[in-house]
Amino acid sequence: MAYQVNGTAIEADEEGYIVNLDEWSKELAAEIAKAENVEMTENHWKVIEFLRNYYDEFQLAPAVRVLVKNAKKKLGADIGNSKTLEAMFPDGAAKQGCKIAGLPKPTGCV
Amino acid sequence: MPDAKKFLYVNRKAPYGTIYALESLEVVLIAAAFEQDVSLAFLDDGVFQLTKDQNTDGIGVKNFSPTFRALGDYEVTKLFVEKESLEERGLDPSDLQEITWEDEDADWEEKPSIRIVSRAEMADIMADQDVVLSF
Repeated sequence: MAYQVNGTAIEADEEGYIVNLDEWSKELAAEIAKAENVEMTENHWKVIEFLRNYYDEFQLAPAVRVLVKNAKKKLGADIGNSKTLEAMFPDGAAKQGCKIAGLPKPTGCV
Repeated sequence: MPDAKKFLYVNRKAPYGTIYALESLEVVLIAAAFEQDVSLAFLDDGVFQLTKDQNTDGIGVKNFSPTFRALGDYEVTKLFVEKESLEERGLDPSDLQEITWEDEDADWEEKPSIRIVSRAEMADIMADQDVVLSF
């Protein structure tokens, strides 16, 4: 499959994770979110930024409990709890969050 | 963790050139979700996996060494490195990257994850496990 951003096709795998991580942009993230039926709020963008920073630092898309734990530390308990994060990303905070953030599917996610 | 089994992942190969090192790390990250008592051992050329300042630009593969620093987030806090293997390769502990974990029971104090052990101690560590997986 592919996403369309400003007339350019961005290639993604059959689950919707982009193939070339360098092709990510905020416009693309908005496009992926639309395909996922996720309405992006300011808090969504904070989580996306957090995920991208985590990947940058560790070369790893975090598992959900690691996301929750670290989001609590970095973004505060209002966002960093599993109930809120799962409500923001109904298909799985790590799984869907990483997809919108242009990262690989978290290791161990099915 | 009353019912947790002790798992030891033994890493014997250099980080690149074969897929063993990366596969081992991925298995560790997956297994960590099952709340077992997980340790890693590095011996023979496996000690090269933890060296600092790795740069894979010239070989066109991902440098996954930063991922070892995320292991603390997955409650994997014991990385045993064999002293003799380091010495045989002209390495010493200062050649390894710093890997820490935050101790929840000690006000999130950062503690080192890498423990240098002798060959004899490594044998004891292996004997003490329920499951040993070799990569």
